[in-house]
Amino acid sequence: MMLGVTPSGWLQLGFYMCVLTALAVPLGGYIARVLSGERTTMSFLLGPVERAFLNLSQSRPSEDMTWKQYAGAVIAFSLGGFLLLFGLLLAQGVLPLNPQGLPGLTPDLAFNTAVSFVTNTNWQSYGGEMTLSYFSQMVGLTMQNFVSAAVGIAVLAVLMRSLSRQSTDKLGNFWTDLVRINLYILLPLALIVAVILGSQGVIQTFSAYITAQTIEGGQQTLALGPVASQEAIKMLGTNGGGFFNTNSAHPFENPTPFSNFVELISILILPAALCFTFGKMVGDKRQGVAIFAAMTLVFVPMTVACIALEQSGNPHLIAAGADSAINMEGKETRFGIANSALWATATTAASNGSVNAMHDSFTPLGGMIPMILMKFGEVIYGGAGSGLYGMLVFVILTVFIAGLMVGRTPEYLGKKIGGYEIKMASIAVLFPCALVLICTAVAVLSPLGQAGIYNPGAQGFSEVLYAFTSAANNNGSAFAGLGANNPFYNSLLGLCMLFGRFFVLLPVLAIAGSLAAKQTVPASAGTLPTHTPLFVAILIGVIVLVGVLTYAPALALGPVIEHLIMIKG
Amino acid sequence: MSFTSHIRPTLVTLGVFTVLFGGVYPLTVTGITSLAFADKAQGSLIKDGDTVVGSRLIGQNFTKPEYLWGRLSATAEAPYNAAASSGSNYGVNNPALHEAAAARKTALGIDGPVPVDIITASGSGLDPHISPASAEIQVARIAAARAVPAATVRAAIDAATEGPTLGIFGEARVNVLEVNLRLDGKL
Repeated sequence: MMLGVTPSGWLQLGFYMCVLTALAVPLGGYIARVLSGERTTMSFLLGPVERAFLNLSQSRPSEDMTWKQYAGAVIAFSLGGFLLLFGLLLAQGVLPLNPQGLPGLTPDLAFNTAVSFVTNTNWQSYGGEMTLSYFSQMVGLTMQNFVSAAVGIAVLAVLMRSLSRQSTDKLGNFWTDLVRINLYILLPLALIVAVILGSQGVIQTFSAYITAQTIEGGQQTLALGPVASQEAIKMLGTNGGGFFNTNSAHPFENPTPFSNFVELISILILPAALCFTFGKMVGDKRQGVAIFAAMTLVFVPMTVACIALEQSGNPHLIAAGADSAINMEGKETRFGIANSALWATATTAASNGSVNAMHDSFTPLGGMIPMILMKFGEVIYGGAGSGLYGMLVFVILTVFIAGLMVGRTPEYLGKKIGGYEIKMASIAVLFPCALVLICTAVAVLSPLGQAGIYNPGAQGFSEVLYAFTSAANNNGSAFAGLGANNPFYNSLLGLCMLFGRFFVLLPVLAIAGSLAAKQTVPASAGTLPTHTPLFVAILIGVIVLVGVLTYAPALALGPVIEHLIMIKG
Repeated sequence: MSFTSHIRPTLVTLGVFTVLFGGVYPLTVTGITSLAFADKAQGSLIKDGDTVVGSRLIGQNFTKPEYLWGRLSATAEAPYNAAASSGSNYGVNNPALHEAAAARKTALGIDGPVPVDIITASGSGLDPHISPASAEIQVARIAAARAVPAATVRAAIDAATEGPTLGIFGEARVNVLEVNLRLDGKL
């Protein structure tokens, strides 16, 4: 299978991983300074804004919260954000910056879209240029792209503090974290990326759609909009909800191979950098490196496999008259196989969910790889903040399992792991799994669910399985043939996104509360070191084992059967 | 610290972030891009006099023999509908995929196998490019329809062909609309 990757594919993947790592290390250090409340190079510019902000909100930034207070603040802020976006989408028809006169969204679509953006999922039931005004895109979605990512990073900050503090219930102030993450991390990065994308031809305009007189004598209406500003944070914040229906496959969102590279880096840069932030904040850089290594050791082989599978392609295309089976259906010429497959794995390893090619048209096994990466619980880099906190849940489970095997009390970074932590970790790991399997079963058994299926046979089942995998793990990509813009899918997927976000986030905060209260015990000869290649291997083993045990039957019914049908010819 | 104590910070942060990220930030990006990349920010439009004839980045539907044809497009209502981007979303075993590819093969009127990109639909339905190999197989048809030497057609194709960016990123590609504008003497 390795032979299926072209030299140019290897070169692009290798270059990508090198640039990603080279940028992630210094960015991770910078983020650690921001989260620790230290002054940074941006302070003289943004410090006054930060202080004005916190004065206005009457929040006492120095007043640390307990985990329950922090959770309350997260819920209040997310609920407020949901209500604001929900109302704005319903009222779209009477709001400004709507040159196409698009009407307000139906309640089920507004609910789905608002939940989708507040939970950092960014599932697209909406059709972008056919559904949303410039106002909704800019004021509604772009704003949530920032803040929902910041919430994820804030929760991660709490978990990191709980490991570096002891005998305390004070874990930081949510409002301070929220403001600092947005102002010092997300805003500067988004501005830089938006301008680079603008240089490549990503549009940024408030003109109404333009009608061109085509050369063959027809007319072509060009959908436009303020895309570059939204595109930048959509990639950086692991959001992924497109300005246009076809997301980053659309040439106005992603016009050149270089814009594609910048967007690809943006997908993984924050989740990757946060590993190094973690190492710095817990005072042992090796711990961050070990986690980054575990993620990379899963990501690179999956990517290589996906490229090889798309390269070896679909034999039906040769039967139809092509000179090769290379699977170009649903892919853009400028990106080719390597960049489309790399994107598919990066966007599902992170909980980004943007696409630059149509996953429904991937080969069955090539399309199964993004599905598996989501099914791992979005911890291979994962979402902004949410990826690493999800990964740390797996670390806690791994420490526990390894401890059982050798008969020692499990501990991580000097914190004893007890029954409470394991209960919470189990909820965080198993709840999304249960959501995926139960909702998929409900959908394929109900006429309403079956009605949305587009492709015949096993691929139709895969469309439903992919949708609930994506929603419950807060990814947002789709096998887009599925007709999901109807009350049945909009509400069921909406609930999956909501539960998938908060039934991981809240147990994580509870774990943080419990760990912070404990004393840090010094490492002894009996302590299992958590920075070694051995630990990395066990950690990967636990993640893969949970994923495989949970999902192997479902995957056999979808992609595996579809593959067998394909090679039969 | 009760739950109600979170209400005021929630309202303030949502309000200020809405103004900052929903207004100030996109307008700043608009300001910078409209100064630095004015033409690109507006959609890389190609004009013939005052008439917009298309965008350099967005493919158009070509069916006449004297024009270079692009990828298949599965957009709603008509191919290359740039107000409703869409891929086909056909799975590998979907008969509709096989039929569309075979029909395009027949329409090309070429004996023997053709490059795979010219008989498949792009992801956006708006792909402005085809592979150089897919352009080459159309040279004879275009030259015959226009009664010009094949070298003239090849020159137009070469002028609209790019290799991988910096030799690393992406694939070699031909901009279909640019080729056709050159063939018509409009570029």
